[in-house]
Amino acid sequence: MSEAKTPSKLEKILRAGHLGVTSECGPPRGTDPDAIKKKAELIKDHVDAINITDNQTSMTRLCSLASCIHLKLMGLEPILQMVTRDRNRIALQSDILGAASFDIHNMLCLTGDHQSFGDCKQGQNVHDLDSMQLIQTVRHMRDEGKFLGGDDIKRPPNMFVGAAANPFADPFEIRVPRLAKKIAAGVEFIQTQCIYNLEKFEEWMRLARERGLTEKVFILAGLTPMKSAGMAKYMKNRVPGMDVPDELVKRLAGVPKEKQAQEGIDICVESIQRLKEMEGVKGFHIMAIEWEEKVPEIVERTGLHPRPKN
Amino acid sequence: MIVADKKPIEEIIEEVKDHDKILILGCNECVTVCEAGGKKEVGVLASALRIYFLNQGKEMKIDERTLERQCDQEYLDEIRDVADDYDAILSLACGVGVQFTAEQYFSRPVYPGVNTCFLGATEERGLWTERCQACGQCVLASTGGICPISRCAKRILNGPCGGSSNGKCEISKELTCAWHLIVERLKSLDRLDDYEKLFPIKDWSTDRAGGPRKVVREDVQL
Ligand code: SF4
Ligand code: SF4
Repeated sequence: MSEAKTPSKLEKILRAGHLGVTSECGPPRGTDPDAIKKKAELIKDHVDAINITDNQTSMTRLCSLASCIHLKLMGLEPILQMVTRDRNRIALQSDILGAASFDIHNMLCLTGDHQSFGDCKQGQNVHDLDSMQLIQTVRHMRDEGKFLGGDDIKRPPNMFVGAAANPFADPFEIRVPRLAKKIAAGVEFIQTQCIYNLEKFEEWMRLARERGLTEKVFILAGLTPMKSAGMAKYMKNRVPGMDVPDELVKRLAGVPKEKQAQEGIDICVESIQRLKEMEGVKGFHIMAIEWEEKVPEIVERTGLHPRPKN
Repeated sequence: MIVADKKPIEEIIEEVKDHDKILILGCNECVTVCEAGGKKEVGVLASALRIYFLNQGKEMKIDERTLERQCDQEYLDEIRDVADDYDAILSLACGVGVQFTAEQYFSRPVYPGVNTCFLGATEERGLWTERCQACGQCVLASTGGICPISRCAKRILNGPCGGSSNGKCEISKELTCAWHLIVERLKSLDRLDDYEKLFPIKDWSTDRAGGPRKVVREDVQL
């Protein structure tokens, strides 16, 4: 794909034809910046960029923007996650400017989980824009150099724009059209929902390829290693939009408890190896939730290390 | 219609307990249909309150009346002669009726007897569900006649979100995902191609966000 449009390191690596590797860190439920810095230290040499989640599962946390600034000050490459749940278009545009003022060059546009999952069940949600419209907004700010209201932006933000895609959510027949819609809105990279059902993912990729979508967007395959059979069952039954095949639960349950974590890592490594061969997969997004120390092992065992110097 | 639900009797007692003569005022429109504030509910509530205050040893005059509409001056005028006989009115109309009654009987306290919930329809006896949030700029033409603003938990205009699972919304297995319904409807209308049309950023100034709204129709004004 063509020349990089932004100073994003992730964009440069992807456009140079390398497989990209990203991971994510959740900010702490408090003010200690070391919590985020320590997680970043564990993975920084094994990934190209680090997502910072935005009050994930609607639990109030240290904000994504401030956490991204901490990473930036460490010389790392953050991806600012932004959900449309908590901020209206004034606040979203304002935070985009704030991030850009620290030369944060990547952003992931999301809707966000409903607040009823978190610690402020009685709160309002905003949803002034949806995730597609947030993609449009940041592209408009970058490419036109204008606010939504039409005025010029002095030194417009220069963001590489991403979004999530869930190949496993329902209804399946609109999963690929939905990707096409995000591309039409202006998305440049996609991080997918955790992939456990590789057959279904392959089918989604095939349909995306048929429509030429994999030529228009960088798709990073999302992976979360399972720590135990219990976690696999929980993800299967409790987490909306998650597709965990029975065989996977069985495989984990089939090994002794103390070996299940290692089995989970092995499964993740095997999945990446298979996905590396899949046409259209341009990289990996490894979400090792509160298990960041395992990211280096996964990246090394899959031959994705060392990372390119961009 | 406007759907309301009964307030707990304890809350109503708290509202009226310091008065001696109250009028319970029902409404013959929406709240009658949703069985929260019609003539029947006025009667039931009046009996319950009478028994309660009798047991408390408090003498309380509790009268019943149900108007054709409380959101209409013409009908509210029907109690003009008797309003002074009471030291409070307990309205079982929706929030609109309660306020309109209070505006007409300015020196009398008017209390709400129901919680006004939403604009919805009767799915079956005893089950009412939301259908509209009066956003002021109806989008149903492009969403297969299903409203994502009132029926999607995140009012997403380009849905569904990643939480839609087996046709259900991420917030509850009891709730159908609005975007699932929209996709199904577009399919049955043979209009699934429309799904890919990006819905532009919405102008919410006609919604609650724009401040209290009014409709002025000079063509029908007298
Ligand atoms: S689009 Fe607006 S006016 Fe139309 S049904 Fe939905 S909330 Fe009501
Ligand atoms: S699951 Fe469906 S109804 Fe629920 S928030 Fe997501 S798109 Fe809206």
